[in-house]
Amino acid sequence: MKRHLISAADLSRDDAVLILDTAEEMARVADRPIKKLPTLRGRTVVNLFFEDSTRTRISFEAAAKRLSADVINFSAKGSSVSKGESLKDTALTLEAMGADAVVIRHHDSGAPHRLATSGWIGGSVINAGDGTHEHPTQALLDAFTMRRRLAGGEGDLNGRRITIVGDILHSRVARSNVHLLTTLGAEVTLVAPPTLVPVGVETWPCEVSYDLDAVVAKSDAVMMLRVQRERMNAAFFPTEREYARRYGLDGERMARMPGHAIVMHPGPMNRGMEITAEVADSPRCTAVEQVTNGVSIRMAVMYLLLGGNEPALSTPSTTSTTRTEENK
Amino acid sequence: MGKTLIRGAKVLGGEPQDVLIDGETIAEVGTGISAEGAEVIEAEGKILLPGLVDLHTHLREPGREDSETVLTGTKAAAVGGYTSVHAMANTFPVADTAGVVEQVWRLGKESGYCDVQPVGAVTVGLEGKKLAELGAMHDSAANVRVFSDDGKCVDDAVIMRRALEYVKAFDGVVAQHAQEPRLTEGAQMNEGIVSAELGLGGWPAVAEESIIARDVLLADHVGSRVHICHLSTAGSVEIVRWAKSRGIDVTAEVTPHHLLLTDELVRTYNPVYKVNPPLRTERDVMALREALADGTIDVVATDHAPHPHEDKDCEWGAAAMGMVGLETALSVIQHTMVDTGLIDWAQVADRMSFRPAAIGRLEGHGRPVSVGEPANLTLVDSAYRGAVDPAGFASRSRNTPYEGRELPGRVTHTFLRGRATVVDGKLA
Amino acid sequence: MDATPATPARPVLEGPDIARMLTRIAHEIVERAKGAEDVVLLGIPTRGVFLARRLAAKLEEITGRAVPVGSLDITMYRDDLRLGPARTLARTDIPGDGIEGRVVLLVDDVLFSGRTIRAALDALNDIGRPRAVQLAVLVDRGHRELPIRADYVGKNLPTSLRETVKVQLAEEDGRDAVLLGVKQTTPAGER
Repeated sequence: MKRHLISAADLSRDDAVLILDTAEEMARVADRPIKKLPTLRGRTVVNLFFEDSTRTRISFEAAAKRLSADVINFSAKGSSVSKGESLKDTALTLEAMGADAVVIRHHDSGAPHRLATSGWIGGSVINAGDGTHEHPTQALLDAFTMRRRLAGGEGDLNGRRITIVGDILHSRVARSNVHLLTTLGAEVTLVAPPTLVPVGVETWPCEVSYDLDAVVAKSDAVMMLRVQRERMNAAFFPTEREYARRYGLDGERMARMPGHAIVMHPGPMNRGMEITAEVADSPRCTAVEQVTNGVSIRMAVMYLLLGGNEPALSTPSTTSTTRTEENK
Repeated sequence: MGKTLIRGAKVLGGEPQDVLIDGETIAEVGTGISAEGAEVIEAEGKILLPGLVDLHTHLREPGREDSETVLTGTKAAAVGGYTSVHAMANTFPVADTAGVVEQVWRLGKESGYCDVQPVGAVTVGLEGKKLAELGAMHDSAANVRVFSDDGKCVDDAVIMRRALEYVKAFDGVVAQHAQEPRLTEGAQMNEGIVSAELGLGGWPAVAEESIIARDVLLADHVGSRVHICHLSTAGSVEIVRWAKSRGIDVTAEVTPHHLLLTDELVRTYNPVYKVNPPLRTERDVMALREALADGTIDVVATDHAPHPHEDKDCEWGAAAMGMVGLETALSVIQHTMVDTGLIDWAQVADRMSFRPAAIGRLEGHGRPVSVGEPANLTLVDSAYRGAVDPAGFASRSRNTPYEGRELPGRVTHTFLRGRATVVDGKLA
Repeated sequence: MDATPATPARPVLEGPDIARMLTRIAHEIVERAKGAEDVVLLGIPTRGVFLARRLAAKLEEITGRAVPVGSLDITMYRDDLRLGPARTLARTDIPGDGIEGRVVLLVDDVLFSGRTIRAALDALNDIGRPRAVQLAVLVDRGHRELPIRADYVGKNLPTSLRETVKVQLAEEDGRDAVLLGVKQTTPAGER
């Protein structure tokens, strides 16, 4: 694995499977009386959040704490960042404090990439969502959830048909999922009104459809993206009702999905917009499970990046455990 | 001021000749000119060009002296082989009154490195609402002929029409920064394959092309001339080509960086590649080169846009748009246009001196290298090869996209009315 | 970091030896743990798990009762994690009734420095509170660095630090054997 996790495109198939396998082990820790591992004792993880996202932050925080890392939460709100301190100065401060990893959420696409490549800090950078670019740990937890529900919790997602519906243009979740799911062998179809599909999508390794009804019946998983109501004001679609009718998932559409197929949502849900309450609360909807799985995935990512003196190697030959002779 | 003999230079890339400068003018052109009483510059193998003229420079003074001043900017211009630059109006305060343009003009005079011709704003405060006092700026000591809201587009069709008409009274020209504002809200880079992947706000080509199409039709309708700043797309080239074929009085410029760099570079998220208009695709670059070669695009203009380090040493979204260009322009043109065989040195003189001077109605610049003309000259060592080192820039800013890149050619001497401003590649 | 032997490693124990040793250990367990009634076997991955399963089968043969068997991955409790790239985890699988109040018998292939067992004791601590913890190993090659000893040993194999001991099991390696080899070089600074 690379030293940073900036984009889902940074992950090879072996990297991705290693993370998912590691997360399976991490998930088992949650069932124990003591939900804590000593592995990252003495390591410092900084949650650097320039955007409000309590859900993502607490997920990373829980993951780091379960691995015994010291966690520092640095929120841009009410801090020197909002008083004009630059990303660079913030980064230099964190470096001076000895951060081994920086988990960064930023409103600008590319900010984590910049942080990782500018030489401002020495630790690992984990992208917790940047602008409309990527959100790789979300894609990993989505893949983890799919693998458990659709592939027995093992291997990859070869041949699974995944449909992602909604505001593709502004979605970092969609971008990361397209990369990761295709790396894992899934066939991805994006569904959105044409206004919410980026110009240039034709080079993406996926299909694009404007017709949700045409694809639900042949999907193993349907992932509904949150659609912000404000998009309506920028003429991306005429009204909420029209959006919900054409691109929302209701009970009737869900009934046309194959029996084993699941409904996913990265949260927070806009009930009545992209998803009806009936679907959101049905046992086929994995939204809550995704949150749980998020902690396991983030534990896995932090362990694999910080657990040794360098990131884990994921060539297939090293995936079987080897212990050093000296430490038997 | 004494005499200088430039010996054996290829004038406009032609046969080697001697050029004798006496005082402020060219006294003799020929072979075997006597060196008596003259300082001799051995220029065998070098190219002698008329002093370069830039139609599009941001000198930042007044207001942003942390990034550039008239003095540092004109030094950079001299190093790049320029003897005249047009200083854009988006300063603080905006150059929208006779007072501000005269201040800039006077600072240029005092610098002594390069003539500064101020550009006046088209509208008050570049706000696109109300015409600035175009006549007053023309009538001032600065004698403004080129008007531009550069940095912003004159997007209101009525204001643009009136400006085009109004400047006819004094043979002015409106230089349009073609960028439809609604189509480029939140835009960060060229809209296409790369922007889709990077999740950066897209800047569609049509935002530029639609304004150009509108403005050439407006210019035709009211019988004015119009100049298009930093044209950047293949579609813009087609529109300008069509307009010229219809006899519309349109001229256009292209920057060196749009002739070389593409949006693939944005994948680094390094804001040194953030510029307005944005870097486009390979196809656009090739179309721009072809258009500059066939004359559809009239001139090369640098759009030299200095920014302090902190405005580029940050995340992409927070970074300022623009690149410095005065000191690398000629090298990039040699690299992209001359060494590729698309144009010869005489055409370089045309695109970088004669035509920009003609569009700006400059006197004393963009003149042939012949007896009696003002000695505004640039001597180029086209055989030179070297990596760009921003630490050596005369400009106050370092935001070049070419750091470490090997580029051909180097200006060894620049003469402004007979006085050497650059000697052996160094400021005199 | 398994050093490559300069000369081919030679087998010191073969399949039948290993089977015999496991049978003996099973009998000792039954004897000493009073019928092995509350014993839980936890193998340490990779080969300790296979040994634990084989022992469980033998115990069932002897006692006629199924003995709970699981695995305990100690990777995240190791004291040398920072000495190399992050390591791949193996499965920890605690039998359904847990370890609370029971006798946990840790099973591993080779006992050497004792550090693995130290990590295993830490790992156990996070899982529950057994009544007692015991240790069974196929080979004890000596050179302990911690105050740890095995309760059941298949074979004590005196070795020098220049030697390597490698256990092969059919489940992982296609055959059963214990190989003794010689390290090519001793890394500088080691001991």
